[in-house]
Amino acid sequence: MEKSSKKISGAEILIRCLHEENVEFVFGYPGGAVLHIYDAIFHQDKFKHILVRHEQAALHAADAYSRSTGKVGVALVTSGPGATNAITGIATAYMDSIPMVIISGQVPTYAIGEDAFQECDTVGITRPCVKHNFLVKDVKDIAATLKKAFYVASSGRPGPVLVDIPKDITADLHSFDYPETVHLRSYNPVTKGHLGQIKKALKLLTEAKRPMVYSGGGVVLGDASAHLIKLIQALGLPITSTLMGLGGFPASDKKFLGMLGMHGTYEANMAMQECDVLLAVGARFDDRVIGNTAHFLSNPRTIIHIDIDPSSISKRVKIDVPIVGDVKSVLADMNELIATEKPQQNTAALNAWFKQIDTWRDKKCLNFAQSDEFIKPQYVIQKLHEVTKGEAFVTSDVGQHQMWAAQYYKFNEPRRWINSGGLGTMGVGLPYAMGVQFAHPNAQVACVTGEGSIQMNIQELSTCAQYHLPIKVIMLNNRYLGMVRQWQEFFYENRYSESYMDSLPNFVKLAEAYGHVGMQITQPGDVEAALKEAFAMKSRFVFMDFITDQKENVFPMIQNGKGLSEMILAEDL
Amino acid sequence: MATQSTRHIISLLMENESGALSRVAGLFSARGYNIESLTVAATEDTTLSRMTIVTSGSEAVIEQIIKQLNKLVDVVKVLDLNDGKFIERELMLVKVKATSAFREEMKRMCDIFRGRIIDVADGSFTIELTGSGNKLDAFIDSLDKAAILETVRTGASGIGRGDRILKV
Repeated sequence: MEKSSKKISGAEILIRCLHEENVEFVFGYPGGAVLHIYDAIFHQDKFKHILVRHEQAALHAADAYSRSTGKVGVALVTSGPGATNAITGIATAYMDSIPMVIISGQVPTYAIGEDAFQECDTVGITRPCVKHNFLVKDVKDIAATLKKAFYVASSGRPGPVLVDIPKDITADLHSFDYPETVHLRSYNPVTKGHLGQIKKALKLLTEAKRPMVYSGGGVVLGDASAHLIKLIQALGLPITSTLMGLGGFPASDKKFLGMLGMHGTYEANMAMQECDVLLAVGARFDDRVIGNTAHFLSNPRTIIHIDIDPSSISKRVKIDVPIVGDVKSVLADMNELIATEKPQQNTAALNAWFKQIDTWRDKKCLNFAQSDEFIKPQYVIQKLHEVTKGEAFVTSDVGQHQMWAAQYYKFNEPRRWINSGGLGTMGVGLPYAMGVQFAHPNAQVACVTGEGSIQMNIQELSTCAQYHLPIKVIMLNNRYLGMVRQWQEFFYENRYSESYMDSLPNFVKLAEAYGHVGMQITQPGDVEAALKEAFAMKSRFVFMDFITDQKENVFPMIQNGKGLSEMILAEDL
Repeated sequence: MATQSTRHIISLLMENESGALSRVAGLFSARGYNIESLTVAATEDTTLSRMTIVTSGSEAVIEQIIKQLNKLVDVVKVLDLNDGKFIERELMLVKVKATSAFREEMKRMCDIFRGRIIDVADGSFTIELTGSGNKLDAFIDSLDKAAILETVRTGASGIGRGDRILKV
């Protein structure tokens, strides 16, 4: 801890706080209300400031930095439009429980409420989409507020915390004293799970005839992957994962049934529906995962739910054995119990259950008809997986390409799959890739996107040029807002209302205009070679425009309002 | 999950900071929960505010409301008063017509409900009445609608009976 009686400006205090928190990157964009802060940044070199081209991208990049490292992401924006531009990024992080600290400038305290230039009620606007927020009204509160912000953001169920700082406060002088510890009487997140409940859960799991594990983003965020693997190996249970949980359990393992949900595999969804004991780990039974709750509950089963957030429990589905606690700690306790008590399992029933699962697997629901004429989007992802040996960080935007990336890029490690699951924010892909590449400068980073999504933050091609980020953009270009088109085919009798993407730019030239490498791939036979060529350019940003089959849809698919076992498979059509 | 809607009185203690009330009000509107009434004021410890929220919902919804309130970083403690015995009181001020012919009648009604006349003017009384929401409703119902000039109610405040104490 640094203590000094020397008086420094609020802006310098803020910078010192970020140093104390070992911040490596601040993603931001300057403006009037944060000029003192930017001047203080100019005088330091402990963290690197990344200048984006739009505040939304600063938030997404900081968010992805956090998703890929587990550390708190930091973004800095100015008042008014700076803050409002950041909202989508904040809401995206909030929905997926990503720890972030956002610093926003505010008009001077004496001007607040006077409709000053670039004034907006940032604390008010962000309130519903942050874990917590603060307005700092006195320079002496900056350090303690920042300490609280980092603590609240990263503890319990993580989330974004915003600190709004009026300009005059950043000029006022005060000594710097960063608190060593923080205590909030109103905020005491649970960590340890209740041992009695854990024992009960283990008994249910070992006695089950058709046990099933459903793991979610909480396993990734809680760094509980190793403990989950240990549990699954010890008990030999089948496991599925949500979109957010991919990589939390290795996809290459035979016990992994693939992703579940609206575009989940046949075997995962059937096993979810037919199991007799379900263990949910850091997942929240959301609408895209279990579909129609009434249909889901029509099959009786006992549900165990481990979650750090009590409000996640029994929110959509009544839970029989709730375990509130940090997923990692609860799984560790469970593993310890298994090691000491060596519980007997119903092996015969478990074997029969896996046989049943294998018959569902035999549907091979992810098979697709290969074509010599058109590039199949699924094929591009399969080849991407091969060429990168399954080791790349993959970010995605939102839509069909996101689902294909989730289905066909088999993630074996946590924090490799970076996407907006909860809010479903188009435009995250490229800034996500930036955040990941900054955090992992030597790693392969692929941004799987579509021609719709990429144009929502295309300006970041400039940021990528400035910082020489060797990202590979894998754009699946079908000239449609594919997921919208798919729904219009299923629910609106093929009326393609506003889902065609017309007047697309020449993406190759566009990439080149920013100094990047642009490639267009139109033939199925060229896919693999092009990917190899692109990834061989280790220091270059490569924009790959794959002209894909316009009509391809994502399967399996559960229609809105239908139940888990009511999937439409590609073969049904 | 039970779907029958019941009325609940929830008491909570939260940090007495600007914006704290918005966090609670915002939570209710964002998640579509009912608010019948909400009262708030600082406690004897001025760093804390105490809030009484009257809401209604199924058991599952009330459970979610309690959990979501607890999740707010500024909220120190939450108590569903309906989990035990409690007392609720609400204050109402009613301005009624009290012209010569009806002045006595109005005074009598006020006495029956144990109200107090706290302002007397030429053609009107202002009556102060305290009690449960039902009692205040009953008083309003017993008056001739045309006689009511204005009413103002505080919303319910609640407190647990005996040993049920909500304190930090």
